[in-house]
Amino acid sequence: MPVTVEVPKERWTGTIREVTLGATADDGGTRTKTVTVGGQTTLPFLHFEGEIPNPPIIGIEIQDGYPADWSPVLLESWGDAANDPAAWARKAEELGADVIMLKLRGTDGDGNPTTGEQAAATVKAVLGATGLPILVRGPGQAEADNQLLVAVAEAASGERLALGLCEDKNYRTIVAGALAHGHLVIASTPIDVNLAKQLNILISDMRLPLDRVLMDPTTGALGYGLEYTYSVMERLRVAALTGDGMTQQPMVCFVGEESWRQKESRAAQGVPKEWGDIEKRGITWETVTATTLLESGADCVVLRHPKTIDIIRGTINTLMAH
Amino acid sequence: MALSGLQIYKLLPKTNCKDCGFPTCLAFAMKLAAQQVDLSACPHVSDEAKEALSAASAPPVRLVKLGTGAREFQVGNETVMFRHEKTFFNKPGLALRVKDTEAAEAIAAKVETVNAYSVERVGIDMPFDAIAIENTSGEAGTFADVVEAVRAKTDLPFVLVSDSAEALKAALAVEGGHKPLLYAATTDNWEPMAAVAKAGEGSLAVRSKDGLDELADLTEKIKGAGVEDLVLDPGSRDLGASLAQFTQLRRLALKKNFRPLGFPLIAFPGEVADTEEGEIVAATQYIAKYAGIIVMDRFDPAVAYPLLTLRLNIYTDPQKPISVDPGIYEFNNPTADSPLLTTTNFSLTYFSVAGELDGSGMPAWLLICDAEGMSVLTAWAAGKFDAETIAKAVKTFGAGDKINRQKITLPGHVAVLSGELEEELPGWEIQVGPREAVDIPAYLKAWK
Repeated sequence: MPVTVEVPKERWTGTIREVTLGATADDGGTRTKTVTVGGQTTLPFLHFEGEIPNPPIIGIEIQDGYPADWSPVLLESWGDAANDPAAWARKAEELGADVIMLKLRGTDGDGNPTTGEQAAATVKAVLGATGLPILVRGPGQAEADNQLLVAVAEAASGERLALGLCEDKNYRTIVAGALAHGHLVIASTPIDVNLAKQLNILISDMRLPLDRVLMDPTTGALGYGLEYTYSVMERLRVAALTGDGMTQQPMVCFVGEESWRQKESRAAQGVPKEWGDIEKRGITWETVTATTLLESGADCVVLRHPKTIDIIRGTINTLMAH
Repeated sequence: MALSGLQIYKLLPKTNCKDCGFPTCLAFAMKLAAQQVDLSACPHVSDEAKEALSAASAPPVRLVKLGTGAREFQVGNETVMFRHEKTFFNKPGLALRVKDTEAAEAIAAKVETVNAYSVERVGIDMPFDAIAIENTSGEAGTFADVVEAVRAKTDLPFVLVSDSAEALKAALAVEGGHKPLLYAATTDNWEPMAAVAKAGEGSLAVRSKDGLDELADLTEKIKGAGVEDLVLDPGSRDLGASLAQFTQLRRLALKKNFRPLGFPLIAFPGEVADTEEGEIVAATQYIAKYAGIIVMDRFDPAVAYPLLTLRLNIYTDPQKPISVDPGIYEFNNPTADSPLLTTTNFSLTYFSVAGELDGSGMPAWLLICDAEGMSVLTAWAAGKFDAETIAKAVKTFGAGDKINRQKITLPGHVAVLSGELEEELPGWEIQVGPREAVDIPAYLKAWK
């Protein structure tokens, strides 16, 4: 007698919040297009049990100064474009970025601190070079972040930038800047479900609507804490789909930054022969990290290598076709 | 379905005889429910209870073993959908496929490479696990010859791939008794395949060409023919559809305790994509999402190393984080004038700090203290990372002998330990570093 297998579906009750990045002229910005993430009612790519209205997006990381500290594999792939953020942004758009992630280094090549005016001018230049929505991150020290991001928020008023990183120690300043000038924030917490929830609550208490908040659960690269990020993201996503309103933000993962910082992506010599070729290893390191995090709920992966961008674009297209 | 401790207790003798080594039958029942002890530890349990309990305690995903001796590996026996719910237990085996139509030298070269490959990470050796040999020629004799030739080069377990029961029988005869996996029984050939599998030692893969209904139907028939060690291929070669199938199979086994599909899964990433990059992405998905055996069509150390690292990450028990060995670690060839930093032996702490030290390009020494695998703040709160612990590590590992000026940098989160540590380490200058690893490069630049 033929067997009939009932396909097991979870009855999720929650929905990931839709968040739109960028604003066109109609909405007070200058972007030629906007990008929306979120809106899912199921786990990543499980089309058989829920809706996935928006595919995960790819951000390409650029910086406001030549990143001499980057892996030689990356520097070679970007060539001269890495000298000029505007040229770099154009190149990233050509390569198929959905959004640009501009990282402010905090100092110039001679070690002088970046001023708010300089940061604002760079963001203006990048906005002028590309029509894509932009994420802007400070150098990662709370004081410098506050100073630069407030200047950026004001200079790019109405563009719906995503400003980060917005952490427990500086969220008030960043959120205030986003509120005053019509931007989004990237709420960042160190690999912890409860801290992530708590920060969303604090931000929401300041009256920033949650459809202007992206979550950064903190990315651990392959071999450097990936499993912690993976599991925290799965827990956040399950909580969100089970109806916990303070975990329903789309998640962004800074995959390129973490993957390419590791020895595996930098060291060509003096490593075991079992590690293989540096270029292929580095690209695979980024590809595996990105794929794993997409499968655990990433709505935006920010990448660095052009080849990885190509691979992950193909992967997302395949996983969204059904 | 798994029984609760109380349900199990009702089936036990309730004599509290202690012969099982536990003080009461209830305590034993609780251990049984937690799958920390075997029912055979109770000498008095009735046959009736035994049957009821073993049926209930049979793992929802059957444990299947491949290979023998040092290269044996096992797959299945998984109990959760998400690793944070408990842990994933048995790492998927990675195999490289060769075809019996390839030149003998080409096959030999691949087999030798895979046989010798092993890469080390956090003190763990990570080898490749198996060789798959495909009967592309369709000739039983050719297949058996290649299997025999490969066996002469390696003790690795085999996945023997053929549509023909006759070819698999011939291969089994020369395979050497290393418990291979035979791939695969389908609606067309399941009867002779089951007969070959039953006669030889090994497990049998079952492949559906038409979804899960056909697969369940096949496994029931094959089990009826007396073969229990099965591995499933639900058939899809599309990345997304395959994710859906693998997820559904795991759910059916765990949540519905659906016996016909309670077996480990086999995947072929090279058949999911035309390109090497596509194969890497598919293998990544299969490692994270539920495969038991992954048969690759390409081998490159630059790919094997990341994939084996991912497997290690995903299958790490979240409750027992890997810790690193306490001791002194060197970064960028430090000298006697380089800074000495210290932190705990929690692997993530270590990797965060090590990553920054490495990336900074600046020479430094890092003293890892035994804080029982806890992070800095957790260990400090638990009294496992205090001045005494740090001073002991400094002395045990002779940190003072490595540097000219006796200075040590504490993690910023435990700045409060400075005073005590000065008392524990007379003559040392105690410095306070950044709270977060990301600020280490800037700290090193300014360090004096």
